[in-house]
Amino acid sequence: MMIEAVLAATLLGALVVLAAPDKYAAKLAFALSLLPVAGGLWMFAQFDASGNALFSSGSLAFETTVDWITLAQYQLSFHVGLDGVSMPLFLLSTVLTSLAIVSAWTPIQERQSQFYALMLFMEFSLLGVFAALDFFLWFVFWEFVLVPMYFLIGIWGGPRRKYAAIKFFVYTNIASLVMFIGFMILVFSTGVTSLDLPAITQAVRAGEVSAFYGLSPETIKLVAFVAMFIGFGVKVPIVPFHTWLPDAHVEAPTPASVMLAGVLLKMGTYALFRFNFTMLPDVAASLAPILGIVAVVSVIYGAMLALAQQDLKRIVAYSSVSSMGYVILGLTAYNMYGLSGASFQMVAHGLISGLMFMCVGVIYNTAHTRMVGDLSGIADKMPVTSAVFVAAAFGYMGLPLMAGFAGEVFIFLGGMQATFAGAQLLTALAMFGIVIVAGYLLFAMQRVLFGPFRADTEYDIVPAAFHDVAPLVVLILLVIVLGTVPNLFMGMLQDAVHPMLPEAGGAAHSVASYFGGGL
Amino acid sequence: MAELPALTPQYIFAVTALVLLLVDIVAPESRKNSLLAGIAATGSLLVAGVSAWFLAAGSGQYSFTQFGDALVVDGMSLFFTLVFGVVTTLVVVGSYDYVRDEPYLAEYYALVTLAATGMSLMASSNSLGVAFVSLELASLPSYVLVAYLKKNKGSVEAGLKYFLIGALSSAILVYGISLVYATTGALIFSEVASQVAGTPLVGVLGIGVLMVAGGVAFKTASVPFHFWAPEAYEGAPAPISAFISSASKAAGFALAFRIFVVAFPLDALSSIGVDWAMLFAVLAVVTMTVGNFAAATQENVKRMLAYSSVGHAGYVLIGLAALSGDADNLVLGASMMHLLVYGFMNTGAFLFIALAEHWGVGRTFEDYNGLAKQAPVACLAMTVFMFSLAGLPIGAGFLSKYFLFAGAVSAGFWWLAAVAAVNSALSLFYYSRVVKAVWFEDPSGDFTIDHTPTGLYAAVVAAAVATVLLLFAFDPVATTAVDAAAALLT
Repeated sequence: MMIEAVLAATLLGALVVLAAPDKYAAKLAFALSLLPVAGGLWMFAQFDASGNALFSSGSLAFETTVDWITLAQYQLSFHVGLDGVSMPLFLLSTVLTSLAIVSAWTPIQERQSQFYALMLFMEFSLLGVFAALDFFLWFVFWEFVLVPMYFLIGIWGGPRRKYAAIKFFVYTNIASLVMFIGFMILVFSTGVTSLDLPAITQAVRAGEVSAFYGLSPETIKLVAFVAMFIGFGVKVPIVPFHTWLPDAHVEAPTPASVMLAGVLLKMGTYALFRFNFTMLPDVAASLAPILGIVAVVSVIYGAMLALAQQDLKRIVAYSSVSSMGYVILGLTAYNMYGLSGASFQMVAHGLISGLMFMCVGVIYNTAHTRMVGDLSGIADKMPVTSAVFVAAAFGYMGLPLMAGFAGEVFIFLGGMQATFAGAQLLTALAMFGIVIVAGYLLFAMQRVLFGPFRADTEYDIVPAAFHDVAPLVVLILLVIVLGTVPNLFMGMLQDAVHPMLPEAGGAAHSVASYFGGGL
Repeated sequence: MAELPALTPQYIFAVTALVLLLVDIVAPESRKNSLLAGIAATGSLLVAGVSAWFLAAGSGQYSFTQFGDALVVDGMSLFFTLVFGVVTTLVVVGSYDYVRDEPYLAEYYALVTLAATGMSLMASSNSLGVAFVSLELASLPSYVLVAYLKKNKGSVEAGLKYFLIGALSSAILVYGISLVYATTGALIFSEVASQVAGTPLVGVLGIGVLMVAGGVAFKTASVPFHFWAPEAYEGAPAPISAFISSASKAAGFALAFRIFVVAFPLDALSSIGVDWAMLFAVLAVVTMTVGNFAAATQENVKRMLAYSSVGHAGYVLIGLAALSGDADNLVLGASMMHLLVYGFMNTGAFLFIALAEHWGVGRTFEDYNGLAKQAPVACLAMTVFMFSLAGLPIGAGFLSKYFLFAGAVSAGFWWLAAVAAVNSALSLFYYSRVVKAVWFEDPSGDFTIDHTPTGLYAAVVAAAVATVLLLFAFDPVATTAVDAAAALLT
């Protein structure tokens, strides 16, 4: 019941905010967004799931199944539940939305009730994506997410907002169609009568894929895998499907960027984890070298692109491409370290990249420019923001005791342990990406934050308001907490990853004790 | 309690039309519009209610024939009278504001309900003769209604074009019927069916079937008889465009489903070389492609919707095209579902146009720029319609489209589903132009919206709410449609 209650509260909140006058919308939206946060925290405390949501062995937390449509051979149901992978993302969505709403108080001055209603509606859709276990239900939420983001970029965005909004919408919709077709081919070939994800997963993993329209089972699995990988890859985004991302980020208002980088990109990696890698591990294994190369190209190329940018927001946007490459690498490694590290990195990157975008947003609110060349030495004028920005950048580089470190170290461990051809070489190349990250972030910060003060802008650089820096401080604290005690999530993540692995053995234990014993 | 006659929905429509004319004589001039609109809305809402009640009570598993088998009431006819009831209600409520200052109000509402009577008879007709008469009963009031704004050149021109093409296609249909009668000696559908297999005059029968298909194509605005649609929809008063593009199209399909499934059974006809499923497969592909590509190039929103309506006729035609496969119930049922959902979203979209015309906003995409700043609720509703028409899961349009395409795939027509899916993806381009215009663009002119017409707003919002709610409560619709299709096919 908890999931439905949180979903209903969020949706209701969106409607209330929509009807509220602009004057109160901002504060009201924040107050109402605390409800799902409280619900999420309570669920996290009560969380009692074991195993993976898509396997029959485990048990789910807060599971509900209600029939939705029963029609000939199609059975669609409202099936929601959380396991160790979805719970952290569920919680991340609630927390990040609340903070993003606070970060909107300064920049968003027009059509406020519509803005905050869309933010809450997006939260509702995101929570649905992470909780849904019926393909149809999941797809409905998945598409729901696009609509508020389309409007957020298109209405409140920067000068090229219309172009960016349409590009985002077209890219992700075509991707959805490709993915949908790929998945449907897989479902039709299994003969499963429902679209229940656990049932489909178990059938596919049990090898119940039969020839369909003259295609052999192997071909079907390959086609489905590739179609879904491309479909989700656009969302992640992986090179070469990343070109919508910088446009969307640069034009989007800060709170929308925070949500886009913090949670929306994770939908892609979460879906890759759930669909491609959980359902079709054998195809993933046979394609592993190619996927590994795709991952490393994303890491290196994304970082190189970030290195070439002058706009702070573009730098952070391209660095997301780079960081998401690590997640793909971890998934491709397909062992305990790789998978759990990738899942952890989703949450960690969600917090850190959200934080980075917020920092850039706060600087932009004051300076009205984001160009590296326009600003210099603003650390004295905006001490708290600058401090958090520096800390966040170190988190991005994977400084120990920050959330990014825990995710990346496991991904690299997993990559080194992986058995596919060239795994070690690819991992080593990917690790080199960190150096580039350090390069562009430190370089940008050195120029913008430190050195002699200079601001090529007509506006005064003044310290940000309390409500602007408060979410920054909260987020950096969360990043440190998660980096110091990764077991908050790591235990449940590994529990969910464990059933996916062929050699169900003591690996889970050893990783859990890596931090459990040491700290 | 006395038992209601099976044809109650049709009777209610007819009686409503007569009552409207009667009230016109006695009603005071000042309150005439609200009184007439109220009666018409009550009558059509009653039709929808009774149809829904009959469907629920009988679970779609019955069939009553009336008047010597000339009319039949079964799950499918009730499903369609439900659609007509709903669409007519929305149209009448929307018209309340739209035609307020026009002359001949009683005639307007009476013609709408008379056309609805004709449509509901089309859905029930079980004989080629009744089919033709009821089709004319639906068509003739429509011609007049399209030309209702008789001081408006566009409206009159549209009415004339609609009438000329309508007259031509009626002639084709009636000639086709005569050829079918010549070869089979029967008009009742089931008797025609029993005669077709043994006929020596295969060529004559084939031409007859082709001509009947042509008559149906006119009514459903399918290629090659779709040319009237953009003209008529653009020129007609917007509520009438909504009425014709939703209800009249559904009526055409209701008739087509029954004639082709019952009177021209595919097994018997394809064994003698008259494979109409192939014909409809080709028509479906051409219709959806023509409709979508033409819609993508329009600058006028109403015209874009007109072509999109042609495109949707193409999707629904899949229901007939895929009948030669092995998932007949599902694919035919899915066509019916799509028509019901389409009834809400397309009617709503045209009523939004009616709202814009009522405010004096122009007709092109540019004229709609920034409308959301002044009318956010109506624009939100329009956004729902556009995304649902495009097949995004914002409304039930996604589900009905999905079942239609999935039905085609299970029937073995994956290429038909593929063409439809590509078309559907393309359609997002032009539907989202409206969304972009109203929400993203800055207003180009400086008009202000000074009032909110209650009736139009109520109709638009009701249609939007229904479109969204159907997404969650789709099970009864889907089950009823598939049961009705199954009953028809046995």
